[in-house]
Amino acid sequence: MIDILLEMFSYTFLVRAVIVGLLVSLCAALLGVSLVLKRYSMIGDGLSHVGFGTLAVATAMNASPLTVSIPVVVMAAFMLLRISENSKIKGDAAIALISTSSLAIGVVVISITTGMNTDVCNYMFGSILAMSKSDVILSIVLAIVVLILFVIFYNKIFAVTFDETFAQATGVKTGLYNMLIAFLTAITIVLGMRMMGALLISSLIIFPALTSMRVCKKFKSVTICSACVSVLCFFSGVVISYLQATPTGASVVIVNIIAFLLFWTANSIIRRGYA
Amino acid sequence: MALITCQNAAFAYEGNTAVSNLNFAVHRGDYLCIVGENGSGKSTLIKGLLGLKVPQSGSVWMGDGLQPNKIGYLPQQTAAQKDFPASAYEVILSGRLGTRGILPFYSRVDKKIAEKNIKRLDIGNLRGRCYRELSGGQQQRVLLARALCAAEKMLLLDEPVAGLDPVVTRELYRLIEKINHETNITVIMVSHDIHSAVKYASHILHLQNTQVFFGKTKDYVQSEVGNRFLGITRRQESGGEAGGGEGSD
Ligand SMILES: Nc1ncnc2c1ncn2[C@@H]1O[C@H](COP(=O)(O)OP(=O)(O)OP(=O)(O)O)[C@@H](O)[C@H]1O
Ligand SMILES: [Mg+2]
Repeated sequence: MIDILLEMFSYTFLVRAVIVGLLVSLCAALLGVSLVLKRYSMIGDGLSHVGFGTLAVATAMNASPLTVSIPVVVMAAFMLLRISENSKIKGDAAIALISTSSLAIGVVVISITTGMNTDVCNYMFGSILAMSKSDVILSIVLAIVVLILFVIFYNKIFAVTFDETFAQATGVKTGLYNMLIAFLTAITIVLGMRMMGALLISSLIIFPALTSMRVCKKFKSVTICSACVSVLCFFSGVVISYLQATPTGASVVIVNIIAFLLFWTANSIIRRGYA
Repeated sequence: MALITCQNAAFAYEGNTAVSNLNFAVHRGDYLCIVGENGSGKSTLIKGLLGLKVPQSGSVWMGDGLQPNKIGYLPQQTAAQKDFPASAYEVILSGRLGTRGILPFYSRVDKKIAEKNIKRLDIGNLRGRCYRELSGGQQQRVLLARALCAAEKMLLLDEPVAGLDPVVTRELYRLIEKINHETNITVIMVSHDIHSAVKYASHILHLQNTQVFFGKTKDYVQSEVGNRFLGITRRQESGGEAGGGEGSD
């Protein structure tokens, strides 16, 4: 086992990918708890499609993908937040509209400029080779910023997630913290997207939160548990993908599914034990 | 100077006026009970007082150093979801958040205040329990503790005794009275329990989609509207005996 890890980490690109991946899965898991509980999981999904579109456009323009994607996806996040706050049902439809539009734009732009090639596949399903050195540095810095902001605003995020009306009534600027959550989510999605793929990145947000909610009963333990689950699943996923030569993003998702099933079973066994 | 003043205020949902013609002022140390039938606009007014709803016309303003983060609020129905993983303690402590401003973490004082309110409501045994697994009445008490944690100057309670058993209800009324007397915290409470309302409150506000009475409790029990309302509820409570206690006060 140790040998395999040593062998893996003799490749610089793998080291980079694992560092960025671990940080992104940590951020995604922390934010995911709030997003899932606020019924905003769809926003994560919508944003990843917007991210796909911006990646395609950035490649066509020969611009640095992260610097183009981040502002556009952040703006899309604020827009989606607005839409879902105003009305639940229309919000769903609006997210679907935005997702599919960005997907279509992205595909058309790619086929006009470079032709449908492996790039599309990489954007959709992720590629571990996608990270350049400057990308890695930017990703690490942003991920650390997301983590620090999450820790600083943890209590506010709890209050806004649990009971927005009460928080607002007692003078907490809920709109601001909703925007903060959307902002952090947007950055996390853009950072993780190229490794995990536009179609799979939202699983990084949703799975760990759902998994730990099977077992944990407190907000704090759900948060900590999903952070641990997410990091472990990502790491195992990368190792498996290295050994079996499977796509990284999909392998990570598979490991997440297994973790979810394990926790779910554990919970039903505990429940039955009490009864 | 009044803590909260309403002048000709009206509140509406999408253009449909829910309650109008509100003219009253609440001063420090008052204990105001808002009464009225279902749908008469009580919860709407509470939301207006909290600034969650903007008046359709007229104005509502806070004075005497009152700010939203000095008000404890107990909603009639929480927006909180049924399957939310949170311990009762986490919920109670979150009542202190408004007073923190931009400071990120709770201080020792905050935790002490939370402990004090846990003791007041006698829910120490619920502290570590998962909020979603508590009974309705237990949840109500946890939310009350949260409201008390936030109430530095004022407590706004929308039907606080709904779902509580008789013993806890009586204790709760005593507790609120005690808080009102000893710490001079202003209480505004919506209640369908008109008899407890006239027993404990210093002022009564009677709504019927418009303001039909505002004044001291002792004036209310002698007013025509007060008598009618007290009479109706008394008659219903004694099982519909004709004319049971109408106008006997
Ligand atoms: N979210 C809403 N959208 C539209 N109309 C509403 C909404 N909430 C309340 N109303 C209407 O406003 C009026 C006043 O409602 P409100 O909730 O203030 O009554 P209430 O006095 O608190 O009644 P209850 O004793 O049942 O709690 C009612 O006619 C109600 O139909
Ligand atoms: Mg009401």
